[in-house]
Amino acid sequence: MALTGLEIYKQMPKKNCGECGVPTCLAFAMALASGKASLDSCPHVTEAARENLDSAAAPPIKAIKFGKDSVLGDETVLFRHDKTFYHPTTLLIYVSDSLSDDELNAKVQEIKGLEFERVGLQYSIDGVAIVQESGDAGRFAKVVATVAEATDKSLVLLSNDPEAMKGALAPLASRKPLIGSATADNYEAMVNLAKENSVPVIIKAEGLDALEELVVKAQALGYKEFVLDPGSRTPVDTLANLTHIRRLAIKKKFRPLGFPVIAFTTKTEPMEEIMEATVYVAKYASAVVLKTSAKAHILPLMTLRQNIYTDPQKPIQVEPKLHSVGAVDENSPFYITTNFSLTYYSVEGEVETSKVPSYILPIDTDGTSVLTAYAAGKFEPEKIVEAMNACGIADKVKHRNIIIPGYVAVISGKLSELSGWKAIVGPRESSGIVSFSKSLT
Amino acid sequence: MSVTLVKEKYSSKVGEVVLGATAEQGGTRTSTITVGGDSALPFLHFEGETKNRPVIAMEVTDVVPSWPDTIKNRIGDVINDPAAWAKKCVDDFGADLIYLKLDGADPEGENRSPEDCARIVKDVLAAVGVPLIVEGCDDGEKNNEIMAVIAEAAAGENLLIGIAEQDNYKSITAAAMVHKHTLIARSPLDINICKQLNILINEMGLPLNKIVIDPTVAGLGFGIEYVYSIMERARLGALANDKMLSMPIICTVGHEANRCKEAYASVEEFPGWGDLADRSVLWEAVTASGVLQVGASILVMRNPAAVSIVKKNIADMMGD
Repeated sequence: MALTGLEIYKQMPKKNCGECGVPTCLAFAMALASGKASLDSCPHVTEAARENLDSAAAPPIKAIKFGKDSVLGDETVLFRHDKTFYHPTTLLIYVSDSLSDDELNAKVQEIKGLEFERVGLQYSIDGVAIVQESGDAGRFAKVVATVAEATDKSLVLLSNDPEAMKGALAPLASRKPLIGSATADNYEAMVNLAKENSVPVIIKAEGLDALEELVVKAQALGYKEFVLDPGSRTPVDTLANLTHIRRLAIKKKFRPLGFPVIAFTTKTEPMEEIMEATVYVAKYASAVVLKTSAKAHILPLMTLRQNIYTDPQKPIQVEPKLHSVGAVDENSPFYITTNFSLTYYSVEGEVETSKVPSYILPIDTDGTSVLTAYAAGKFEPEKIVEAMNACGIADKVKHRNIIIPGYVAVISGKLSELSGWKAIVGPRESSGIVSFSKSLT
Repeated sequence: MSVTLVKEKYSSKVGEVVLGATAEQGGTRTSTITVGGDSALPFLHFEGETKNRPVIAMEVTDVVPSWPDTIKNRIGDVINDPAAWAKKCVDDFGADLIYLKLDGADPEGENRSPEDCARIVKDVLAAVGVPLIVEGCDDGEKNNEIMAVIAEAAAGENLLIGIAEQDNYKSITAAAMVHKHTLIARSPLDINICKQLNILINEMGLPLNKIVIDPTVAGLGFGIEYVYSIMERARLGALANDKMLSMPIICTVGHEANRCKEAYASVEEFPGWGDLADRSVLWEAVTASGVLQVGASILVMRNPAAVSIVKKNIADMMGD
């Protein structure tokens, strides 16, 4: 949690010299607390005070960046309704270095195909985790190089052998892969290797006590770009560990475990594996490594991730332009709704089910639903007429009927008057559209 | 050194509700099902009990449903016969209970009489020994008519009947009270209405342990995050001793998930989405998993293949 101005003031030199540009140390502390000033502008702050302030101001879960724009951690709440979750779980596909060259190429091609488009949003897989299972350092380096060559996505390199890791990492340290895992047996070599190459490293131990101990030892090497693996490999134990680590970081600001957590699936049947991964996406994993890479398996998981990480305060919106469903013509019905993504896609889905090709115009209501928009004065006849004129619907259909949501039946008179079109009151809920559409003909 | 874990101490728990009634209890069920009773957030066994595992009710309709072929083919010919369909759900697909949806009552469809609906309910009761959930069609007025007759015809069975809504709850609440059934209270993705409706129903005299909440689910990709947060808040409310939010929650997962295009559109139509068979199963199963993580007690599902993997997921989360 951020410090208050008074807590910061205690650490100030209290000279009131004004060299920072603010007349007094107290005023400067207040500015620091609200993020309007930087500690760097104080020439007199002591090193000890700087360290205290830096660590107190650090986020409860450290942000770890790696690969191509992957950011892990830096979360501030336990529940999305408390504020929001910021950094969607990074999803990585497991690739073993014991695959044959043909299998490897096929797998990499499949991974590269994991790009999706639905409801106007783009999703793509974040990266690849290459795992040394061959026991052969040369093979590991070769497979890592092959994958790195084939894709620019984020990379995770996994081997318990620091020498093998060193060889594989050397040519692509600039890609900033996440490496692992540093365990009680190899942590000095592994953490030092990470430090030398400025890449983050996974710290792995069995259970939270051992993990905390290892993190403390690893930090003593002068590095703290860590991702945690508490070692559990069953869904229920992993859920418990993920919850404990998140709570300790957020509620207790417990520094040794204030890092993002990576989870590994263990199910071998792909659909069961996706179910396992959903648990970790919902509950606190910053990264998940999974084996299946079939589109039909990854799309539902990525959709859940997108949903859970949606900011509850910023509804997703669709573009407020004229949309058409099916092979529309000049007789097609014309619906209006709001540009709140859920409202719009509910209407669109039902219109599609009705099998009557239609136009739909979402009005820009700042992403609010029909009733909320109406209550806030964002679904007024004037605004609707403006949007109708802007989209040119009058040239696209020869009828002059507008279907409005049943909840705003009250605007039908004024809308008819202002637009010169006939406002037809449609169903209140989108689920009524199918039967309503039958009444149109 | 050992890490001192943060364990929450909650002042209360989710209420327990019993579904169905055996012969000794005045019904004909061979077994009953108890839901709710959790004293922690879902599956956090280290700080509280998940007393009764979440259950799966499989959906059966009285008219052949317009569901995707991916589901209908798995169900097979019994789809023409609600009693045989229900039996297959229990015997072959492992349903914990049956959710019978009487779409045939719809005045715009078959317009079945209340007596016909009651006969179908009796047929299904005769075919299976598990507890039964019964919901009507999309017409509120007609539902009041059929539910009054069904509640009487199945008096003592302790059906879970629905739905009671804010603007239409009195008739069905009375039917549940008189004939000893349990009631589904549905609110439209709104925690305040959810609470208000429970208060109204309770004021009529139906005890809190005879109410199950339906918060209105949304399908994966179509607003599941709203119900996710509402359920999470409701569970935290229940644990903090808010009695009017402490009922077990039912989620009509199959209905919502299978309305999503991703659950039924062919790979030819959307090549970027991958093979339909697995995608449709996962669309329903992942919707279920999402709500399980925030406290669903009863999942209403359609696709037998999705039921199968969700059952495994529940077993995993229970630490079986």
